[in-house]
Amino acid sequence: MNDWLVVVVIGLGTYAMRLSFIGLLGTRPMPIWAQRPLRFVAPAVLAALVVPAVTLSDGAMDVTPLGNPRFLAAVAAALVAWRLKNVAGVIVVGMGLLWALQALG
Amino acid sequence: MPVRSALFDGVRSVLPLLIGVAPFGLIFGVTAAASAVGGGLGYASSLIIFAGAAQLATVQLLTAGSAAAVVIATALVINARHLMYSAALAPHFRDFPTRWRLVLPYILTDQAFAVSISRYDTDTDPVYKRWFFLGGAIALWTTWQATSVAGVVLGASIPESWSLDFAIPLVFLALLVPALKDRPSVVAAVVGGLVALLAHNVSYNLGLLIGALLGIAAGVVTERVAT
Repeated sequence: MNDWLVVVVIGLGTYAMRLSFIGLLGTRPMPIWAQRPLRFVAPAVLAALVVPAVTLSDGAMDVTPLGNPRFLAAVAAALVAWRLKNVAGVIVVGMGLLWALQALG
Repeated sequence: MPVRSALFDGVRSVLPLLIGVAPFGLIFGVTAAASAVGGGLGYASSLIIFAGAAQLATVQLLTAGSAAAVVIATALVINARHLMYSAALAPHFRDFPTRWRLVLPYILTDQAFAVSISRYDTDTDPVYKRWFFLGGAIALWTTWQATSVAGVVLGASIPESWSLDFAIPLVFLALLVPALKDRPSVVAAVVGGLVALLAHNVSYNLGLLIGALLGIAAGVVTERVAT
């Protein structure tokens, strides 16, 4: 399937989910069994995106500071995210540390 | 004029949030332009999908050559939280004219949902409600479109040695940390992350989807055991 078609299908599916209760199902409340899993979508999905991206280097796990500087940079960025709650700060610290470690390596 | 003041109230309420949205949009545009997906389709996804995390994952998976069904399933799982927002907003939108109920869901985002649902406790007039939502959501939409275009334009001129692709996991990290609200959500994240790592070699790039689904399941089980 071509990439454009993939994007269109995702767009239609996303719109359908946004529209679901507002447009079609009226005011019927969402059943609890459906609400529970949705609460964990954000932490599970985001961690599944982040962990492999910062612990793998050329397809193999490597968390040494010079072998894979992305891991240490990500740990520092996570601390910034926790203490400061500021997206721009997380990016500045993470990218800055990555560049510093790459310059050393 | 009450309509105009509701619209401006909506815009004003999202202004502090735009500081987080703008760099996210820029980075999305830059990485899409630098990837095999390209700036054209990357920007089109801002119009067609209009959901940052799902757009980034889509670009990442398409660049890795994943099967179409895997890309679609992964992006839709990421966006499944919109079902929850739609359910929470439905009683407030019930009496809106049909065209409003068709258009507002397109511009529904995490941020537009968050500012509106908290305002709806105190401001209960339906006309105020819809113009307030429109104001906030349009400000967010415009910021996302403008910054992702700017990123696409900039993207082509940024050398690969800058490792700007690393900004993607950093943005996700900035969103992940505040989502770790309690023990079940921490368990969901730990399981999701570890499974995705262990499954990274699974064919069709299914690792992300498997990790996400098992992480969600682990969160549900932890919550059930604790209560």
